[in-house]
Amino acid sequence: MTTWFESPDDAAARLRETGYLTDDATALTAYLAGALEKPLLIEGPAGVGKTELAKAVARATGAELVRLQCYEGLDEARALYEWNYKKQLLRIQATGTDQAWSETHDDIFTEEFLLTRPLLGAIRRDEPTVLLVDEVDKTDIEVEGLLLEVLSDFQVTIPELGTVTATRRPFVVLTSNASRELSEAVKRRCLFLHLDYPDAERERAIVTSQVPRLDERVVAQLVDVVVRLRELELKKAPSIAESVDWARTLIALQVGDLDEATVARTLGVVLKHSSDQQRAMKELKLPR
Amino acid sequence: MSLLDTHIGFVEALRSAGLSVSLAEGLDAISALEKVHWHDRETVRAAYAATLVKRQPQRVTFDAVFDIWFPRLVGSGVAGDGLEPASGPQDTGPDLERFREALADALASGDGQAQDGRTLQDLAVEAVARFGAMPGRGPGLSSWSAYTSLQRVSPGELLDRLVQGLLGEGLDDEHAQRVAGRRIGEFTRLVEGDARRRIAEEKGPAHVVDVTVRPTIDRLDFTAARRSDLEEMRREIYPLARRLAARLTKEQHARRRGPLDVRRTVRASIATGGVPLTTHHRPKRPHRTDLVVLCDVSGSVANFAQFTLMLVFALREAFSGVRAFTFVDDVVEVSDSFRPGADVVEVMDSLAGRISQAALWGRTNYGRALTRFAEEHPDAVGPRSSLLVLGDGRSNYSDLALPVLGELAGRARHAWWLNPEHPRHWGTGDSAADRYGEIVAMVECRNLAQLGEFVHGIV
Repeated sequence: MTTWFESPDDAAARLRETGYLTDDATALTAYLAGALEKPLLIEGPAGVGKTELAKAVARATGAELVRLQCYEGLDEARALYEWNYKKQLLRIQATGTDQAWSETHDDIFTEEFLLTRPLLGAIRRDEPTVLLVDEVDKTDIEVEGLLLEVLSDFQVTIPELGTVTATRRPFVVLTSNASRELSEAVKRRCLFLHLDYPDAERERAIVTSQVPRLDERVVAQLVDVVVRLRELELKKAPSIAESVDWARTLIALQVGDLDEATVARTLGVVLKHSSDQQRAMKELKLPR
Repeated sequence: MSLLDTHIGFVEALRSAGLSVSLAEGLDAISALEKVHWHDRETVRAAYAATLVKRQPQRVTFDAVFDIWFPRLVGSGVAGDGLEPASGPQDTGPDLERFREALADALASGDGQAQDGRTLQDLAVEAVARFGAMPGRGPGLSSWSAYTSLQRVSPGELLDRLVQGLLGEGLDDEHAQRVAGRRIGEFTRLVEGDARRRIAEEKGPAHVVDVTVRPTIDRLDFTAARRSDLEEMRREIYPLARRLAARLTKEQHARRRGPLDVRRTVRASIATGGVPLTTHHRPKRPHRTDLVVLCDVSGSVANFAQFTLMLVFALREAFSGVRAFTFVDDVVEVSDSFRPGADVVEVMDSLAGRISQAALWGRTNYGRALTRFAEEHPDAVGPRSSLLVLGDGRSNYSDLALPVLGELAGRARHAWWLNPEHPRHWGTGDSAADRYGEIVAMVECRNLAQLGEFVHGIV
């Protein structure tokens, strides 16, 4: 049995070492997810570091990250396991006719012919594993049903082989953009964490740690503008990923001071809708 | 009360406030609490939140209930033992002056601390203790009032001073106003919270939860919304439209099996030796409706109409065409306000500007509006279009023009009437909802959740 983190403070410190700055609630929830061995469901707007948290946990604990990217049309064969039927066919043809069917049958439904997919793979691993199920809301309802067995008991039932139970429970992280309500059954089995835009202080720290070459004064200016942008009614408010991109842009342009003209020139990095840009121009009284 | 009682009571209170907390989640919360230290109230809050709250909009409700069940201090706390309610006609009292000085100090400093190190939270506690007490009321009446303390302290009057101070720090005028407003709002919120805490202490938390906790934003009635709620709702519209659109595409994909696509099926069958193991189908062409929206924009229901219009236009790809008309007692077309990709705030402003055009005398008159609509835009409603009327059906006892509506509804493919009032109010007073309801289907639509469901249903 692994202990993932010793305490909430330990979680915060070790995640910080890998470059992921948490707030108290995030650190506590990450610790609880490890301590209770429950999956962690993370929701929040795009670009606030949902996926990054899973990666940071993997880095901090020295575990391997197994990732299942969800999309519409994802099915059992690509999430859980699949029989390698081509190899099975070859096997049947190769044995000829002298072997009894029952023997062949026992032969072709063995480990050798099983193609493991991320979910089964994560459960069967003996080393510490972080299982990231990314963008769960993109899948169909049926896949959620599939996840239930995996998430609650950490086991997979394969009719021909029996039930595979995790020898070592993985640290499971599910992320969602809330484009669809997940079913109650999935939510009930998970711990829930809503990641939101950070406060100005933490955002400054994040930008500084990600882009250490940028002058601190410019970082403060940048975060100031981003915070003001978030107060406007925009279609897509800028998130941390955009702040960091912006900081990198300023480095690339070798800008030493974020004045209004520079903001106006580089606004496209943070705002991706033209109506949002116009609104920002107007509200921040930027020169065109 | 034992710890277990508190836990059970807390979970019960959450349930009665509308959060669906299952037994299993309650047990999870307990095992989570076993794993953390209890010395910090915020840790307990985060542990409860992680295990019990699974939907972000419910977080506000959760926080309110948590503050009542797990108050941050009892009475005035250890530090505030000396606080007595000030007596006499205190508006000129030296206590008040001193307090306001300290408050101005704390508001002006960036970290919310006065010179003597007291935080805004401490000051809020003091404000309620000193100036919010209402002694002499009968038993069973609340003896603390956030309203009284805020009236006496009146932080709003400190606004100008605060703005001046911020201007001195080099902020521009607009920014200073905003920062000052936010800090004063923060203090107001703290005072309200502290008054709730004290009342809960006297009357028991269960009672206070019933009375003070408001429904989540998507369940809040349009008609009961405050100004700040409306802004929050407006922010919700775009995400709601996005969720609906995602759901619609998914459902259309699920229903997509149209006629057999022979070409693709035969092609695919080559891989399996000519046996068509999987069949391929042509996608079904989704049916798209032509929507005509007719909105009452008179004062009582204006917000409701705006939200519905915004949602409908945000989903315009799902319809083949949308035309919108607003009326009070005259009709004006507003479709052109909704350009694709237009800015939300601008649309709202232009809609508000158009309201005056829709009113001749300024009193809602459904009969006249319907007649004018039928006369001026006879081509708007046809056999392919669906008619959507938004309004409370309160027509100031004027002529209802029932035959005109009947004729319009008869011409349209479908017709609905969305009413932001509770069904029990339909047909009371000057409401003609029941009589209109005999002609077109009257649908109750009081909050964002119901609105979302309805719009999803008609697409």
